[in-house]
Amino acid sequence: MAIAAMQGFAGLSFFSVLLLMALGLAIIFGQMRVINMAHGEFMVIGAYTTYMLSVQASAMAPWASEYYILLAIPAAFLTAFIAGMVIEVVMIRHLYHRPLDTLLATWGLALIMQQGFRTFFGAREVSPSTPSWLEGSWRPTDMIDIPLNGMAIMLLTLLVTLGVVWLMYRSRWGLRVRATMASRDMSMAVGINTRWVDRLTFALGCGLAGIAGAAFTMISSTGPTSGTLYIVDTFLVVVFGGAGSITGTVVSAFLIAQGQSILEFFLGSSMAKVTTLLVIIGILMLRPEGLFKSKVRR
Amino acid sequence: MSYTLPKILEKRGLPGLLILAFVILVFVPLTMDVDGINLTGRFLSFAFVAVGLSLAWGYGGMLSLGQGLFFGIGGYAMAMYLKLEASTPEATRIQSTPGIPDFMDWNQITALPWFWVPFNSLTFTVLAILILPALVAALIGFALFTRRVTGVFFAIITQALVTIATILVIGQQGYTGGVNGITDLRTLKGWDIHSDSALVTLYYVNGVLLLAVIALGMWVLSTKYGRILMATRDQENRIRFSGYNVAYFKVFIFALSAFMSGIGGAMFTLQVGFMSPSIIGIIPSIEFVIFAAVGGRLSLLGAVYGTLLVTYARNLFAEAYPELWLFLIGGIFIAVVMFAPYGLAGLYEKYVKRRWNAFLASRGWKRPNGSDDDALKSQLMDAKPASEASK
Amino acid sequence: MTDIKIPFTRRKLLKMMLAAPVAASGVLGTSTAFGKPATSVINTTGLAVTDDTVKCGILHSLTGTMAISETGSVEAETLAIEQINAMGGILGRKIEIILEDGASDWPTFAERARKLLRQDNVASIMGCWTSASRKAVLPVLERQNGLLYYPTFYEGLEQSPNVIYTGQEATQQILASLDWLWNEKGIRTFYLVGSDYIWPRTSMKIARIHIEQVLGGQVVGEDYAPLGHTSFGSLINRIRLRRPDAIFAAVVGGSNVAFFRQLNSAGLNGKTQTLLSLATTEDEVLGIGGENVEGFFSSMKYFQSLDNENNIAFVKAFKERWGDDSVIGDVTQAAYLGPWLWKEACERAGSFDVAKVTAASPGIQLTTAPEGFVEVHPNHHLWSKTRIGERRRDGQADVVWESDLIEPNPFPEGYQ
Repeated sequence: MAIAAMQGFAGLSFFSVLLLMALGLAIIFGQMRVINMAHGEFMVIGAYTTYMLSVQASAMAPWASEYYILLAIPAAFLTAFIAGMVIEVVMIRHLYHRPLDTLLATWGLALIMQQGFRTFFGAREVSPSTPSWLEGSWRPTDMIDIPLNGMAIMLLTLLVTLGVVWLMYRSRWGLRVRATMASRDMSMAVGINTRWVDRLTFALGCGLAGIAGAAFTMISSTGPTSGTLYIVDTFLVVVFGGAGSITGTVVSAFLIAQGQSILEFFLGSSMAKVTTLLVIIGILMLRPEGLFKSKVRR
Repeated sequence: MSYTLPKILEKRGLPGLLILAFVILVFVPLTMDVDGINLTGRFLSFAFVAVGLSLAWGYGGMLSLGQGLFFGIGGYAMAMYLKLEASTPEATRIQSTPGIPDFMDWNQITALPWFWVPFNSLTFTVLAILILPALVAALIGFALFTRRVTGVFFAIITQALVTIATILVIGQQGYTGGVNGITDLRTLKGWDIHSDSALVTLYYVNGVLLLAVIALGMWVLSTKYGRILMATRDQENRIRFSGYNVAYFKVFIFALSAFMSGIGGAMFTLQVGFMSPSIIGIIPSIEFVIFAAVGGRLSLLGAVYGTLLVTYARNLFAEAYPELWLFLIGGIFIAVVMFAPYGLAGLYEKYVKRRWNAFLASRGWKRPNGSDDDALKSQLMDAKPASEASK
Repeated sequence: MTDIKIPFTRRKLLKMMLAAPVAASGVLGTSTAFGKPATSVINTTGLAVTDDTVKCGILHSLTGTMAISETGSVEAETLAIEQINAMGGILGRKIEIILEDGASDWPTFAERARKLLRQDNVASIMGCWTSASRKAVLPVLERQNGLLYYPTFYEGLEQSPNVIYTGQEATQQILASLDWLWNEKGIRTFYLVGSDYIWPRTSMKIARIHIEQVLGGQVVGEDYAPLGHTSFGSLINRIRLRRPDAIFAAVVGGSNVAFFRQLNSAGLNGKTQTLLSLATTEDEVLGIGGENVEGFFSSMKYFQSLDNENNIAFVKAFKERWGDDSVIGDVTQAAYLGPWLWKEACERAGSFDVAKVTAASPGIQLTTAPEGFVEVHPNHHLWSKTRIGERRRDGQADVVWESDLIEPNPFPEGYQ
């Protein structure tokens, strides 16, 4: 029973990890049809921002090292957001309507970013300190341990998802984004500055990756090539969910996470991964546009 | 604009192919020592995949991020045969079960697994190399294309497939040699594949096969079939409405590209002397695409030059400036995609060939080929690739 | 590949070029090199040995994914060679390093090894890290008759006449640490966890046989995660379900960081759970974070905190050469042994010829090793001690137990 509860939590926790990774990509790929292979590297930007703040905090103000993570998350968002905006201006905007080419170009970008991290931060993995209030577990009973950082990530994912949904579906800006993606010409005709919409959408997606990176310093590795660990899973979540729909991404992250973590419990990690991938491919064959098709006719 | 392409293609082939043949079969062997020849041979084995990709992606619009899978099938098939030959009972007498590959013995496997048994035969191995990759690709392609899986979805699915293959190969080490791969391959029918003369011979075999594969690709493109393929890439629905079964065309070309990759894999194994999962994973699979992109996605010959350029540059530059290398290679990819979407071949058309023709014209020499096509082609190469999202 | 020459004649050319100076120096050598053996005597196989220098290759990944791990080895080997040179070199010859990049790519390793042996004619190679790269280089070494000093602890099942293995093979690392868990910690049930590839799988196979057949204990679970796996929630739950007395772990790379961080946050830490890792050196702890491994055990032959004269001098020299913040793990120390073992072997053989050096290697004893005393076994592995270190919060380890010298046994009878 206790194991079932904890296993349920493990699934949910994996779900929130996948969702947090995929949200930024869902926006970039879903709304703009840009395949950002450097998504993992934008996460690493967030992770290194966190690391730098952690180092600064323990050097300048030791009392702050308990709370720096609260500052690190917005800081990571901002850094990745700005980086994303620069990349959009320099590179991505020349490549709209050539989605497969964005894949190649951003893969080149990923290589450059990896080497950049290596040059600035060294090749070794670094370890931002975990604040002690996020370390360890919550024990409602003797048998159950719920990881605190897992709960923190779930909470963060919830907030970020709500924020994104509000932004995309309830705010005027979201309306402009959706209008631009539906019909660029009409949007321009009604006076929407589509260039800025593109720019901000891409930057927003990168910023979300930054948040994910900051959060993942608590549960995973931070190094120049850490981003490559995530990229395949992230794309699968977005593609499986069906591009263009936040709901699709949420559902797909949930299914993949639960499926894989249950299979992992019974089959072990390697076979679980293989089985999950095969099932996803199978389903994609039945529903070639993902679980939730985008309603836009292209 | 697609109706002009096939016309161009019929005429583009032969001189380029002859030049490439000269480079591979005469220039390289004359100017390099045996190590250099072997290295070039290894790089050229990747070119098989790049040529296949330029067919599937450049002409067919199917960007596969999983070509490593087919390269791997060919490579592993060859490696299995060579490993069995190297694992004679005499050579493996210290094992608890002599006569089976060493890594199986370490994993408590006491008899040769059934799917290894046929690889005792060279005939079967060669057939497997030629048929298996194409067959697997045909099955995958059939499943995907009849369901109209396209573009990005296809790319991500092929990437997932190669992920699965890597996990399985690494995990099932008793049957596959695991992460170390199948190593210590020595002879082919008693012929020492590591001797200098063998390396040179293999290089020539590799070169001739590559040229043959390119010629095959050019021929396919020059048939009516190739035209339909390109038309499909640009306006899939129109072709479908014209009564063609588009899926089968795509399956065929995908299988053809896998067939080429498989030969490349087998030649890689022969020239390097081992096969390992690190050569078929996600990153090598993307690198194959990069080779094709740098060479020019619409040029089968360009794919070969692209492969050679990138691999040689890495070999020389990465050693001298390891810090700068990733910046440089990343920058090249971005630059190629942004400024030269048709890669080396496009640049050649745009700058070299046009000037050369102008030079010839100014001297009053006219090329017998007729320059109409050339002009058209240059025009094409100037243009950005057709909007893929607009279909 | 940069130099362009005509095929086939190139080797002859090289031989001629080499032969001339060698012959000349042979004459000069006897008359001018005081106290040094003549070059013609100590080099009969065309190696790159002159009156003053001898070439040695260092072949590691300087770029690519493995560069993180292999940098320490390059640094240690360079340091050892510089120290040897400062003492006058080997047989009166200063060692000239030729550094080659394997680029984390196994075919490149093979090709660079061939280049080192055929073009540079190096007398020995210090290099390789992963088993895959060693397996790729091995046929080249055997064909060109090269000599490799290989520093990593590995799965065993190999014994090449052309390789000296300066790290531990699996049984050395595993058996003693299991015995220790059994005797000192009273552990009776074990859970085996590893990354899914050959070294963890072979190690766990040996561990399982030892636990079940020799110790009479119980293995309650065995799990492998794909390389690069980052979500260990389910795996940790599987472990909790079986409630093992000890977790026996061989998770590597980026997965290692995720594994320990998630273990800690699931409430399994040094205070509540006994865990012994085979793959956590000081290098890895930097990325994992000391707070996540505090109180866990590592089984290694070397820890940076070892308290003996050799090691104190070594750590000091290493930090002077490569910076104060460098950390030294097990493999780095093993890599440091390579050049010293080579020096001893050459001096004992009175020659750089590979056949003579390998013949002279068994029985060589090194009393100056940072890990203490080591001896080369006829099977080309080292006699060495295994130590259990308990991790502190700062990432260093307190050595809590030390074995006697353990005989290397790459093909353990009964454990295969």
